[in-house]
Amino acid sequence: MTDTPLTKNIDMKREPFDFGLYRHAGGYDGVLRMLKEMAPADVLETVKNSGLKGRGGAGFPTGLKWSFVPTGENAPKTKYLVVNADEMEPGTFKDRLLMEGDPHLLIEGMLIAAYTIQANTAYIFLRGEYLRAETLLRTAIGQAKEQGLLGKNIQGSGFDLEIILHTSAGRYICGEETALLNALEGKRANPRAKPPFPQVSGLWGKPTIVNNVETLCNLPGIIRYGTQWYKDLGKGEDAGTKLFGVSGRVKHPGCWELPLGTPIRELVDGLAGGMSDGYQLRAFLPGGGSTDFLLPEHLDLTLDYDVIGKAGSRLATGTMIILDDHTCPVGMVGNLMRFFSHESCGWCTPCRDGLPWVDSIFRRLESGQGQESDLQILTEHLEYLGPGRTFCALAPGAMAPLGSALKHFRDDFEAHIRTGACPWQK
Amino acid sequence: MTNSQLIASTAPRVQARTLTEQEVHDIEHELTLYPDKRAVGLEALKIVQKHQGWVSDESLLAVANFLEMSAHELDGVATFFNLIFRQPVGRKVMLFCNSVSCYIMGCEQIKAHISERLGIDYGETTADGQFTLIPVPCLGDCDRAPVMLMDGEQQRNLSIEKINEILAESAERE
Ligand SMILES: Cc1cc2nc3c(=O)[nH]c(=O)nc-3n(C[C@H](O)[C@H](O)[C@H](O)COP(=O)(O)O)c2cc1C
Ligand code: SF4
Repeated sequence: MTDTPLTKNIDMKREPFDFGLYRHAGGYDGVLRMLKEMAPADVLETVKNSGLKGRGGAGFPTGLKWSFVPTGENAPKTKYLVVNADEMEPGTFKDRLLMEGDPHLLIEGMLIAAYTIQANTAYIFLRGEYLRAETLLRTAIGQAKEQGLLGKNIQGSGFDLEIILHTSAGRYICGEETALLNALEGKRANPRAKPPFPQVSGLWGKPTIVNNVETLCNLPGIIRYGTQWYKDLGKGEDAGTKLFGVSGRVKHPGCWELPLGTPIRELVDGLAGGMSDGYQLRAFLPGGGSTDFLLPEHLDLTLDYDVIGKAGSRLATGTMIILDDHTCPVGMVGNLMRFFSHESCGWCTPCRDGLPWVDSIFRRLESGQGQESDLQILTEHLEYLGPGRTFCALAPGAMAPLGSALKHFRDDFEAHIRTGACPWQK
Repeated sequence: MTNSQLIASTAPRVQARTLTEQEVHDIEHELTLYPDKRAVGLEALKIVQKHQGWVSDESLLAVANFLEMSAHELDGVATFFNLIFRQPVGRKVMLFCNSVSCYIMGCEQIKAHISERLGIDYGETTADGQFTLIPVPCLGDCDRAPVMLMDGEQQRNLSIEKINEILAESAERE
């Protein structure tokens, strides 16, 4: 047994395990047993009981999501599993580690998920810039196929699975799962209306499960060691471990696997070594660019989905971005707004027109041309682009850092307007 | 620019070029992986770009013909994606991360230095056709910010000195 099931094989100083080494470390044991002894319904029950929640941002229970896929005689025969490997959330660098560090773990996780929903084709939707991950995954898929773990009638089980690697060409919105499906179908990656949800009608209208890379990498451990082991890994309310990252002005930025329920301080002051010399912590985004700022007083909270939620933010991708006292908060949020404005897919009006407006206000503020009324306009956008007002969650995600910044850094915004300059620009 | 050329009736008619054997071969391989032709639109564009450096109107038409879809539909896909180039680019494309962690770690100063050294802004190519500078969303390497992707290689912990080294090395290899 292990208490770091996601990263136990990972050492970025060497090449990742090939098939033989991965097998030697107990890899694919769980899948082989699953194919022999477990019916798809048993696996579904196990994953439901494990308490695994999606690691792509929303934290939706994985077993519950899978249970919406139609089964039985009348269900469509063709179903798809799609891996969301589009990792483009600002400040997020965890799926890269998993794919570059242990590609067979993802393949094993995919086998488990595909078997459960009885999908015979699985696509990995990989962002185009992850060139090393592409090479390593192609090699690993080839090895798994050679060894009879992919292809037809896997290990005599009667179950078939082909894995196809699709590389994208850079658009953040492709990470939104319905936009991703449109992109895979060769269309512009605008999101789709929900319902119907992909579980019922997804890729080419067939039942489809979209899961994040890290979510799938949790499955081999769950199948191999069981749900009790998995639950016990978590220190707090949530089960399992998760990858957590820290970037910004800390001594040792990086990404580590920790039990859910670990105090934030252990991550930021412990593993990341605390702030770099001469820098103070002002605030942090706990889970990528689409989350609300938390403050130093929140460092003793634990890394649990609900705990961070109650503090007014989201655990989301679990990769923290640190705002230090030498960085202008208006500049930082302006940078995020530029990103979201650029990456808006243009499908719905509030986001297509609202985000460029917000961006232009930030440009004004940063160059010292801001007016008092600008803050009012920004505040109004929090509502116009808020949850339920736009076609997908991109725009509400953009409003999270904005809204919390207007609350916590009001003085900084006002100083830009009052003095007609950015106080950080000497 | 190129899109309007396709649409404008006054512009000289663009003719599809002939896809090379290699391009056809690569696209046909992709076709085996998807249930319909239009699904490989992006792959086909990437294949053409790999061989030609960018996607000209002539290439776009050729791919559209090959996949039996309208050129406008395919151009809708081409123009949607950051990494499909509908204009010629330099021999080396600098995909420069300008997202938040790189911002905090000082990428704007690095970008200013590149612009000064090469005399190009985002979206521009040096006069000698050597470099194109393009901003990209978060490259997912935030613990080693600032970063850029150039020639398939991730350049990490960028500093002004490191940029100078990279440029010197490029010049040497020419
Ligand atoms: C704008 C936007 C971008 C997203 N980008 C990603 C992404 O890059 N990777 C990812 O796994 N999920 C991303 N998501 C979340 C997905 O829509 C989806 O919830 C997730 O892939 C589900 O997988 P999970 O249940 O395993 O977490 C994004 C969502 C939105 C709204
Ligand atoms: S919210 Fe933005 S990204 Fe989402 S559908 Fe609307 S325009 Fe597109």
